[in-house]
Amino acid sequence: MLRVKVLGGGCTNCKVTYRLIEELAQARGVAVQLEKVEDFQEIMAYDVMSTPCVVIDETVVHRGGLPSREQVESWLADR
Amino acid sequence: MLGWFYKMTKGPIPIYLLLLIAWVALYISLAPLADLIVSFLPVDPASHLGEAIAFFIYDTPKVLLLLSAVVFVMGIINTWFTPERTRSLLAGRSLGLANVLAASLGIVTPFCSCSAVPLFIGFVQAGVPLGVTFSFLIAAPMVNEIALTLLFGLFGWKIALLYLGLGLMVAIFGGLLLGRMNLEKHLEKWVQDIPAKQLSFESEKVAFSQRLTAGSLAVKDVVGKVWVYILLGIGVGAFIHGYVPENFMASFMGKEAWWSVPLAVLIGIPMYSSAAGIIPVVQALLAKGAALGTALAFMMSVVALSLPEMIILRKVLTVRLIGVFISIVASGILLVGLIFNLVL
Repeated sequence: MLRVKVLGGGCTNCKVTYRLIEELAQARGVAVQLEKVEDFQEIMAYDVMSTPCVVIDETVVHRGGLPSREQVESWLADR
Repeated sequence: MLGWFYKMTKGPIPIYLLLLIAWVALYISLAPLADLIVSFLPVDPASHLGEAIAFFIYDTPKVLLLLSAVVFVMGIINTWFTPERTRSLLAGRSLGLANVLAASLGIVTPFCSCSAVPLFIGFVQAGVPLGVTFSFLIAAPMVNEIALTLLFGLFGWKIALLYLGLGLMVAIFGGLLLGRMNLEKHLEKWVQDIPAKQLSFESEKVAFSQRLTAGSLAVKDVVGKVWVYILLGIGVGAFIHGYVPENFMASFMGKEAWWSVPLAVLIGIPMYSSAAGIIPVVQALLAKGAALGTALAFMMSVVALSLPEMIILRKVLTVRLIGVFISIVASGILLVGLIFNLVL
């Protein structure tokens, strides 16, 4: 089970990122536990400065801006 | 040198070169092409409709081409100025020159207003003075490549430069002033309690081809989002160009009506729009005879201050500090508008 967190204050980019991961994980049949983190104190614990960020198994793999489809697929394929 | 050249040609660079040539060719041929198209239409080129169509057919591809090029280049430049690097450039400096630096970095550092809070905390935590952080926060949304390109494409380089210079001034002096007011105690408690951090910044190795990809992604992302507004803006412009009598707005947004500047700033504060979205309105105002200072002040106010951003910033700033922040930025913009109308 892949534990994925999307960090961000809830702007459009964050929502789109969340949906993109959800959609691609489903399409590939990868089991993920997807979580939105919108609390800034919690977000700051990851020492990031731009959102949305993607955290996989407690490692920040992406910071700032929409990730591309290929990026998301590579995160899902690595496991 | 040769090794570098070899690497360049191995990647997707030739494609980019071809694109560049195509871009230049297209840009040069826009005016004759537009004339040609209009001459085939069953309307008199000298008529209102003819003028409006010619304006639309020429300006739309021109602005879209310009924007694509600028966003591409900025997308590449942005890869050097990550928020982390900008922070390390600003950390530990005192008020003054650092405000100039912060405002300028606000132009080249990628920023979206939903990142305002993590960015703010990241700066403060690293020992960037509050006034310097504010200079950055004022400049970042207001002075950006999209606003500047659109102003350049639609109103010429003078207005674009003026916007750039005045926007930076508001950010620099606004930040300086806020920094002098010792507002640290008006940060939210949990922000004050965040322990200071020792910085270690190491720039990541990024291949040039990755930077190019970042540029292309930026074009796809930005131009894909703002083309609607541009079409709308030029459409409005074309309509005004052909139909509305000049000086229609002059009486109530012209230079003589001094109160129109504060009114424009006040109306602009809660409004939220990207630079692209506001361009149609500015286009309409200017073309109908509104004074330049009034129109620019309105645009700055809409782009720099907005209700959603204040709601986000409320998570780290007390209501009082937000009030001070808004008042100072709004006063700066007001001053810009008034001086502008007075001088020009």
